[in-house]
Amino acid sequence: MTKSGLIEEVAKRTPHISKKDTEVVVNTIFDSMIDSLKEGDRIEIRGFGSFQVKMREAREGRNPKTGEPVHISAKRTPFFKVGKELKEMVDQSPAEAPASQGEGSESTPSV
Amino acid sequence: MTKAEIVEQIYERVGFSKKEAAELVEKVFDIMKETLADGEKVKISGFGNFVVREKNARKGRNPQTGQEILLEARRVLTFKPSLVLKNILNDEVEDEGAGDDAAANAPTIPEESA
Repeated sequence: MTKSGLIEEVAKRTPHISKKDTEVVVNTIFDSMIDSLKEGDRIEIRGFGSFQVKMREAREGRNPKTGEPVHISAKRTPFFKVGKELKEMVDQSPAEAPASQGEGSESTPSV
Repeated sequence: MTKAEIVEQIYERVGFSKKEAAELVEKVFDIMKETLADGEKVKISGFGNFVVREKNARKGRNPQTGQEILLEARRVLTFKPSLVLKNILNDEVEDEGAGDDAAANAPTIPEESA
């Protein structure tokens, strides 16, 4: 599922809100999350998970092709920690044949 | 930041009613959860990809006691942040315009911290 697929599905479930508005809101959700992380803020979505920016120390790396040593400077990286509820949902989902391969099938059965 | 603060941001930025904003925020995370529970990945351009991975059963060890334990096969959720997001978080540190353009140059809206 892509962001547009997500917008489509949300719109389907909220027929009283126009698709255009849905699109604006979905985009604003991720924009505001990005801005929050940029401020160094932690994001916690109950039942889903939390996002946090952590500092990665500078280190000496290597160009895997040439073997040449390269300096990798310190940087900030976002981390996601899955929430308990979602973690269990993912692990216990009954789908034995992983649907993850069927990339083309964007059609989730709607309620 | 919590869901309530996201709702607040939607209200401030696009003037959407809080009631409807809350409803949409709720739906967005519900749908993402359902999709991931089905084993399908969720790709949010400019943000990152959520991918369900199959982990094989393996032998592990209780790090405290050293006792061997069997870790069963399981499915876990991983998040791979987009290059755009990683660059945004580091734009003061290294200012390279590589990567995506759209989101990276998003106008910074003045915001009062809620």
